[in-house]
Amino acid sequence: MNILTVGGGKTLYFLCRSFLSKGYKVTVINDDQSECIWLARRTNATVIYGDGTKPQMLEEAGANTADAVLAITSNDHDNLAICQIASVRFGIPRTMALVNDPDNEMVFQQLGVNAVSITRILSNVMEQKVSSDSIVNLVFASEGKVNITEIVLNDTYPVVGKELRNISIPENSLIAYILRNDQPVIPRGSSILQAGDRIFVITLPENYGQVIRTLTEGKE
Amino acid sequence: MLSSNKLFVVIVGCGRLGSHLANNLSRSGHSIVSIDVNESAFDSLSAEYSGFRVIGDATEIAVLKQAKADKADLIIVTTRDDNVNLMISQIAKRIFHTPKVMARVFEPKQEEIYHSFDIETVCPTFVASELFLDLITGSLVSDKKGNKE
Repeated sequence: MNILTVGGGKTLYFLCRSFLSKGYKVTVINDDQSECIWLARRTNATVIYGDGTKPQMLEEAGANTADAVLAITSNDHDNLAICQIASVRFGIPRTMALVNDPDNEMVFQQLGVNAVSITRILSNVMEQKVSSDSIVNLVFASEGKVNITEIVLNDTYPVVGKELRNISIPENSLIAYILRNDQPVIPRGSSILQAGDRIFVITLPENYGQVIRTLTEGKE
Repeated sequence: MLSSNKLFVVIVGCGRLGSHLANNLSRSGHSIVSIDVNESAFDSLSAEYSGFRVIGDATEIAVLKQAKADKADLIIVTTRDDNVNLMISQIAKRIFHTPKVMARVFEPKQEEIYHSFDIETVCPTFVASELFLDLITGSLVSDKKGNKE
């Protein structure tokens, strides 16, 4: 796979290393000459010095044969332009932009560009990590649109001893499975939650807090 | 078309071009909101300007909404960064569904991408060079006429 990345900083450097170690071919466009030299010495990526928002620069960097473009500059508008030029002009099938303003995640999506906001992901992780010790594991699926959370049931939780059908958790959330004494149990309406169960809950970022409160405090 | 009825116009960027447009359109009686990141940019607005001033980065949709850009009849984007202009004009066209969106573009090669998104553009380099060429051909023609006489 040929990956074309535009941007700089430590994020780009470690991304390059990770891609290269997986055997991908990586090309970097960076507009800082000394950073280009630094990157070229430390990685096996092809490093090109120039403005990655210029179509001719993308072409020079092999945009015609790239499989994916990753735009991680510090300017959201530049990342948008890079991804749009890549897909409109060069027909690169996969593009991904980093956004700084979390609102731009929605904006970019409406403009047809995949976007990820580090701010949103970090703030979600922080809020969720500090909320409870019994929440032991968190996975973000589909670019953070879905959360998978593992909760160890404490005997003080209001849901312990109840049948699942009698527990009303908010819409768009699901108790996906229960791990009881290390044995997986596929939940049914008649399953009764017990203290010590590990339950795996699928939620959306919007209703996460509400779901957790319902399970651990009995409040909505 | 512009002079016939009063329009709500949002102008992004209050430099030489943005402020000139804002002053003129405001004088013609249209409601104007000017947006710029630098407060000092508004110094170039004239005494006749009766519109609003919004300080902020217009690539943040929150700033655009604060300026009520989602209600505008016309949005003109005049910052000096082509990619900023491209992003804001697309938000206007495709998210706010603003009836008319115009953008200044410096790099003529960049115009193609704007047109693929149905955004009207003015490229100062292109306009100036056309005018120069007209003047050159005009003076060549009059020279030739002069020679014949």
